[in-house]
Amino acid sequence: MSILEYNGAAIIAMKGRDCVAIASDRRFGIQAQTVSTNFQKIFEMGPRLYIGLPGLATDVQTVHQRLQFRLNLYELRENRRIKPKTFLSMVSNLLYERRFGPYFVEPVIAGLDPKTFEPFIASMDLIGCPMVTDDFVVSGTCSEQMYGMCESVWEPNMDPQELFESISQALLNAVDRDAVSGWGGIVHIIEKDQVTTTELKGRMD
Amino acid sequence: PSVGIKASNGVVLATEKKQKSILYDENSIHKIEMITKNVGMVYSGMGPDYRVLLRNARKLAQSYYLQYQENIPTAQIVHKIANVMQEYTQSGGVRPFGVSLLIAGWDEDEERPYLYQCDPSGAYFAWKATAMGKNFVNGKTFLEKRYSDNLELEDAVHTAILTLKESFEGQMTEDNIEIGICNKDGFRRLSPPEVKDYLASVQ
Repeated sequence: MSILEYNGAAIIAMKGRDCVAIASDRRFGIQAQTVSTNFQKIFEMGPRLYIGLPGLATDVQTVHQRLQFRLNLYELRENRRIKPKTFLSMVSNLLYERRFGPYFVEPVIAGLDPKTFEPFIASMDLIGCPMVTDDFVVSGTCSEQMYGMCESVWEPNMDPQELFESISQALLNAVDRDAVSGWGGIVHIIEKDQVTTTELKGRMD
Repeated sequence: PSVGIKASNGVVLATEKKQKSILYDENSIHKIEMITKNVGMVYSGMGPDYRVLLRNARKLAQSYYLQYQENIPTAQIVHKIANVMQEYTQSGGVRPFGVSLLIAGWDEDEERPYLYQCDPSGAYFAWKATAMGKNFVNGKTFLEKRYSDNLELEDAVHTAILTLKESFEGQMTEDNIEIGICNKDGFRRLSPPEVKDYLASVQ
């Protein structure tokens, strides 16, 4: 029994042309028993900044709350919206503070720079090691499946519609090969002037 | 006396560094010091108190960098320094810092210069141009006449030297004044030969 596999989760973030997408499954389960099919794992931290938190459900919620706390104070002090890159460092710092008793979450960040609107995606491990990529990032119990799917469907410079198709297919087909992920999906497509949220219809098993 | 002027593309800090005896090794101790690559400061008042604040400021700036992997914005470090100064006006067994600070910085994000003054009370103010220390009233009056919003850094240095000259007793040389500039390339204290060049265009 691994703590990171106790609740089950799947998150993907992808980069497109002047847009990013982030998607997650909706299951909240306790080992084999599914308890809820509308559990939130992606949180809005700014108008164009989202974080996905897969892993132990209690830590998903606590990390989100503590991060929101830090972010609120940052925005009040600095009187500005945080950059995705700086947010990455903030999350990394928060997780490393618990180096020897970590939060069991492996976050995924997706967003656009508040000034230049440049797309940004990144992920990190449970003790805060950041990884910034140009294509896609995945995290969760079916990460290997998601990696395989992303490698197949991703191509550079996809527009928001193509990106939506790619990320949805990647998520849906990966979670279908994982017992503890799935039971619905949710996708956010983040563009310069709007964010489109869509609920995915998938296998409820 | 210290002077600070904000130009369109940078900030200049200038100060007089009169020593009590010719035996002093002038180039060992500096009044103008860097806090981070993008922020520097100068003081008027007690040197030892300044050193403590400088050390504190550098540590605070680095803590910020450790957390955010980003250089601290000027307004933030000024706020933190001012907070320290305020604490010493409300705690037991300590006395307020005997210095006023001029802090000059360049913000990468907004691509603009900043000039702030910090007082022993912990109050801070953003300035376009200001003078501190001896004859600061005359200095400020002089600046009020000479300042314009579209001053460039080169002109600002020239004006700063002239402002210092107003209250200077004796001959101004590259060894008894200090000049620091802060622009998009960061904060830098001018070397004596560089100061000498600016002085040449004034004398």
